[in-house]
Amino acid sequence: MAAVQETIDRVKGIDVDQYRYGFETQIESEKAPKGLSEDTIRFISAKKNEPAWMLEWRLEAYRRWLTMTEPTWARVGYPKIDYQDLYYYSAPKPKKKVASLDEIDPEILKTYEKLGIPLREVELLEGVERPSAAVETEDGEAAAPRTKIAVDAVFDSVSVATTFKEELKKAGVIFMPISEALREHPDLVQKYLGTVVPTTDNYFATLNSAVFSDGSFVYIPPGVRCPMELSTYFRINERNTGQFERTLIIADKGAYVSYLEGCTAPQRDENQLHAAVVELVALDDAEIKYSTVQNWYPGNSEGVGGIYNFVTKRGDCRGANSKISWTQVETGSAITWKYPSCILRGDNSSGEFYSIAISNGFQQVDSGTKMIHLGKNTSSRIISKGIAAGKSQNTYRGLVSAHRKASGARNFTACDSLLIGDKCGAHTVPYIEAKNSSAVFEHEATTSKISEDVLFYCIQRGLSQEEAVGLVVNGFVKDVLQQLPMEFAVEAQKLISISLEGSVG
Amino acid sequence: MTALLEIKGLHAEIAGGRKIIQGLDLTVNKGEIHAIMGPNGAGKSTLSYVLAGKPGYEITAGEVYLNGEDLLAMEADERAAKGVFLAFQYPLEIPGVATLTFLRAAFNAQRKARGEEELSSPDLIKRVREIAKTLNIDADMLKRPLNVGFSGGEKKRNETLQMALLQPSLCVLDETDSGLDIDALKVVANGVNALRSAERGMIVITHYQRLLDYIVPDIVHVFAAGRIVRTGGADLARELEATGYAQYQSEAA
Ligand SMILES: Nc1ncnc2c1ncn2[C@@H]1O[C@H](COP(=O)(O)OP(=O)(O)OP(=O)(O)O)[C@@H](O)[C@H]1O
Ligand SMILES: [Mg+2]
Repeated sequence: MAAVQETIDRVKGIDVDQYRYGFETQIESEKAPKGLSEDTIRFISAKKNEPAWMLEWRLEAYRRWLTMTEPTWARVGYPKIDYQDLYYYSAPKPKKKVASLDEIDPEILKTYEKLGIPLREVELLEGVERPSAAVETEDGEAAAPRTKIAVDAVFDSVSVATTFKEELKKAGVIFMPISEALREHPDLVQKYLGTVVPTTDNYFATLNSAVFSDGSFVYIPPGVRCPMELSTYFRINERNTGQFERTLIIADKGAYVSYLEGCTAPQRDENQLHAAVVELVALDDAEIKYSTVQNWYPGNSEGVGGIYNFVTKRGDCRGANSKISWTQVETGSAITWKYPSCILRGDNSSGEFYSIAISNGFQQVDSGTKMIHLGKNTSSRIISKGIAAGKSQNTYRGLVSAHRKASGARNFTACDSLLIGDKCGAHTVPYIEAKNSSAVFEHEATTSKISEDVLFYCIQRGLSQEEAVGLVVNGFVKDVLQQLPMEFAVEAQKLISISLEGSVG
Repeated sequence: MTALLEIKGLHAEIAGGRKIIQGLDLTVNKGEIHAIMGPNGAGKSTLSYVLAGKPGYEITAGEVYLNGEDLLAMEADERAAKGVFLAFQYPLEIPGVATLTFLRAAFNAQRKARGEEELSSPDLIKRVREIAKTLNIDADMLKRPLNVGFSGGEKKRNETLQMALLQPSLCVLDETDSGLDIDALKVVANGVNALRSAERGMIVITHYQRLLDYIVPDIVHVFAAGRIVRTGGADLARELEATGYAQYQSEAA
């Protein structure tokens, strides 16, 4: 029917070049020599004044990596990456230690300003104005509690500023760049680093172990509820720099923390590699909520450029009654290869995965989760919403498994896909393994096309085609959006509409 | 008298070939209410879609003017901003989008398109609640996803709510009475009557005289096989109730 044809035509007119965050900051940077070798790794480790064991750890990972091959099982395709053609370390100059935000290169601050990241404490304390299109409590009355957010900004490879340090310190919370934690709390780092994602885990995680340059470290002491949302903003600025951050979050017994990661990268022709590792450890009765809003450059309308986002994220519910919840809003990157997972080791532990993955243009998404039930009476919940537009491919890939001893394991999985146009694809690849007969696993999946009649209904009321698609898609992902902290839900809602811009008209 | 809507010699077909509207002439002046009655499948809903700019129809001949402007040249959202409102025979459901969110999006989109200032959320909520009250729509309903799980009558009342909020200049009501119980029919008719004004015109599509007891039309048309075959006053509706459409169908064929 012609109605469908019209949307298809509009989808064809796609223009992901409208990428909002495509600007480059002119600052000098200090790079490691191009290419990867033991010398590169020694250079990085020396730059960071790391303890000797850390260098050894990296080198071991590197030697291991040399014996590994790049995985090919995901439904993504890309030209071979030349690992010798990348820079593995890039720090903004000047390198003098920053004591306060005022000492940060104003160019960098400007970058964050453009990104809309509230770096300045004062701004936060004054309460930044809420966007008017707030996510309302359903009857439209947006209650606006002022949430405080501590930001640890990772600009290329070095954390430039950490705000709210004092208040966190009072609560006993450690929140700092991992490079700093390696110097200030080496025992804690050594105790947990690599215990969730071992250096041998997979090609990209092993590479990360060898060359990671920075990232965040969080430790919440026993019984402490972190007094604010912790937030990190990653930004890839330098040409040809792979970004390899490493994040490690530990919630000790009875602790709680909510952490948000947001990412943007300037617009570039080359594909940039991003291979991060995130490890979460929740001890007895602890809870970690980890939210990601990812809007890295997806490449242009011809499919040139964009970020390769090959990320390993895993949480270990190590203690009894612990809980780890992943929420992700993935709208950017040329290729996303990412499976935030939970190891449900502790008895009665629970894991959650809430995901919105939007692909447009030539983007390829292969994302999902793994819920590994090991302890008794463990439960997991997976809600995945995939939206494919343009010529993109969007795959949900998930594993739910119950170990022989995992009696009473329960899982609920719902995967819904929405297609916009007929040049894109959505795929669902669930793997289920129950080695314990008491396991109860439920799986639901739907795939539908955006309804032309519904779009027309919206347009008849005055919405533009784009607004209509944005509204319908936001409704489609609502269950997941609700999982995000309020402030970020607002951001995410806007981002979803922006990333679908050009999918119509 | 100024013509609000002028349809001249309109022919329209479903993309792919089937001819539905076949030589339609109709003029609606400001302040008038026109009722259109006709057998199932005559093309009444199709006419409403063509006026609203739904994709999938091809206009093969004819002209349509809204306040003298070429309506067929406008995109559907532009027509909405110019004041064309269609109360759907089958309103659509939008999962996950609260009714109020939808109303705000629509209201502000139209304002923006007209270069007017958007209404703040609290003001809008107040306005919606007041209208909802007159239509016996529960405030809780406004929080529910639009039309999802609404009963047939609730959906029709919701269409009326939208119309009252958006204050269109041309209202096309496609069987807004179907599915309404007697009390709801009165409530909806009151809502529609409240919108009657010297500046506004309405086309009320219905199968039943009953609705026209409450919304009294100025002119009644019999629509069969894609065009108007007879026009009269309010009594024509009563006559039709007695005689049915058989004579017109043979006439049209
Ligand atoms: N998309 C379509 N494809 C094919 N035929 C269609 C399509 N839409 C409408 N029709 C046909 O066009 C004719 C007119 O339909 P329309 O819905 O306009 O009638 P109506 O007068 O509103 O009828 P009712 O009183 O039953 O609501 C019908 O025969 C219908 O089956
Ligand atoms: Mg009809």
